Amino acid sequence: MYTISGKLRTVAFVLMILGAIGVVIGFISSHKSLDEVKEMLAAENAGHHGGGHEADTKAHVVAGGNDHSDNAHDEGAHDALADTDDIAHGDMNHGDDEASHAMAESGHDNANHDDKHAEHVQHQLANRPWSALYVAAFFFFMISLGVLAFYAVQYAAQAGWSPLLLRVMEGITAYMLPGALIVLTIALLSGIIGHYNLFVWMDPEVVAHDELIQGKSDWLNLTWFAIRGFIFIGGWYLYRHFSRKYSIAQDDADDNKNFIKTFRISAGFLVFFLYTESMMSWDWIMSVDPHWFSTLFGWYILAGMMVCGITVISMVTMYLKSLALLPKVNDSHIHDLAKFMFGFSIFWTYLWFSQFMLIWYSNIPEEVTYFVTRFQDYQLPFLGMVVMNFVFPLLILMNSDFKRIPWFVIMAGVVILAGHYIDVFNMIMPATVGDQWYIGIPEISSLLLFGGLFIFIVFTALTKAPLEAKRHPLIKESEHFHY
Amino acid sequence: MEASKVIHAIYTDDDVLMAAVKKVKAAHHHIEEIFTPFPVHGLDKAMGLAPTRIAITSFLYGCVGLTVAVVMMNFIMIEDWPQDIGGKPSFSYIENMPAFVPIMFELTVFFAAHLMVITFYMRSRMWPFKKAENPDPRTTDDHFLMEISVNNNEDELTNLLKETGAVEINLIDKAH
Repeated sequence: MYTISGKLRTVAFVLMILGAIGVVIGFISSHKSLDEVKEMLAAENAGHHGGGHEADTKAHVVAGGNDHSDNAHDEGAHDALADTDDIAHGDMNHGDDEASHAMAESGHDNANHDDKHAEHVQHQLANRPWSALYVAAFFFFMISLGVLAFYAVQYAAQAGWSPLLLRVMEGITAYMLPGALIVLTIALLSGIIGHYNLFVWMDPEVVAHDELIQGKSDWLNLTWFAIRGFIFIGGWYLYRHFSRKYSIAQDDADDNKNFIKTFRISAGFLVFFLYTESMMSWDWIMSVDPHWFSTLFGWYILAGMMVCGITVISMVTMYLKSLALLPKVNDSHIHDLAKFMFGFSIFWTYLWFSQFMLIWYSNIPEEVTYFVTRFQDYQLPFLGMVVMNFVFPLLILMNSDFKRIPWFVIMAGVVILAGHYIDVFNMIMPATVGDQWYIGIPEISSLLLFGGLFIFIVFTALTKAPLEAKRHPLIKESEHFHY
Repeated sequence: MEASKVIHAIYTDDDVLMAAVKKVKAAHHHIEEIFTPFPVHGLDKAMGLAPTRIAITSFLYGCVGLTVAVVMMNFIMIEDWPQDIGGKPSFSYIENMPAFVPIMFELTVFFAAHLMVITFYMRSRMWPFKKAENPDPRTTDDHFLMEISVNNNEDELTNLLKETGAVEINLIDKAH
């Protein structure tokens, strides 16, 4: 039996406390009055240009893409439509309208426009701690859900190499339930006690003036969103609960009934999971941009969560092995995990690029605003994550010998995890804080908070059962696994 | 130096063969060659063969393929005739790069795969109309053959091989 070391527990609590303090600071410091925001903007303007206000606001309208609809403006829909026209230079009629509109605003109505712009920025600033919390919560939740799916695959495929690692996976999936509930709670709270800081479609005033969201309101409404969320979480939890129960029962059984039961529910779970994971990705991530849609989005999220999940499995395995708690796990198990990290990194890139390239190539205005925003305001994280999630693991994990060296795999894993945090960051932030993003106190503290919670829950769960499944029918094969 | 005389020891089971290889190696005899009808897992390790470097060549060929793709498309699409085709930005390579990625990928794979296969054929001396170097046709069906060089120690070797479970031991004069 594994007992959580006092040191690790302390680390987890320190992370949680530091994180919680930072999150509170983030929430307090994000409430700025309109005057403060105006001062900030004036300082920014003075900093980088002399009098080109018109050009600046125009650029902002284009850059803003569809996230104009994100604040409580009454012209959400109009703005978003006009933006896309600007980019595409399509529909001349409409484009002219917008041009004259912008001219009028910046020319005669300058004060009014300044107010609106400041209000917009004020709202973005208020969104930041919410988004930071949400990104970090989703990131850690996604790790454990990815592990749960990987775990189910191991059973459904009757993999012979992995049974020695099943308890490690069970430990990590212990975070799935609290993690998922936290994500859903933040999402719901942002619409109930917050000012619709994450999902604009939760704001009745925006919906009232936005025909596009009205058309989607049968799916995107708070009640149905909550019910769906609980159905997803319930289903995932049931699988996790029973597979864990059977796995422990199998230790003392004298037949393989428990294994067969897990095999069956794993196959069923994988079907349920693929549907619910897709819908979860529309609900919890894609709907922050309610004007945008992409068909392979669910797969894209899946690939990201699988990489992160497998990376964390290998990290926890190597940590426990370094404490001599998993004596039967050998180089070949690490090698296999590293191969999965490598493969799923490339799979993630494939989906990322497919989504990007199809939209870039056809350049349809209503789709392309998504990437225009990211390219203009998030260039470094957007392109940096491709390097971290693709180029780095591709070159580092290609060599077969390197995949057996623990510190090498850990190093690759750290970069992969950081890269996928930025991936989630890139999915949420442009829609909520726009160009007001920064990786500062709110973001890092949220990471620390949920990181600490993750460590605490995972390693506590690992103490609840022997680290080695005893009577798993394939455990012998796993012990002798050699690649 | 290749011995002029060799012993052919024939086995009918790959496990027996593996044990025999280990024994012969332990007795410090030089195994010239082993012929098997199918890959025997771990045989190369037991014989002490150096690991293959073909994966490294493949990586390098892939780099060549990527370079060919980039240089080719940069010249054709950007430098030679930068036409406006459906509004694609042909001003610089990087601006239009997403459109080139499928070709970059395919050429990388194409070069890596084909050149590696050709390297394999060349290094293992395989080509059409090549004369088969098979000492005993049964080794392509269900027999395993170990070829050991002889340096005036035939009796000792024969005894050793008999102990390892060889079903047939032949002394062969190798014509040079």
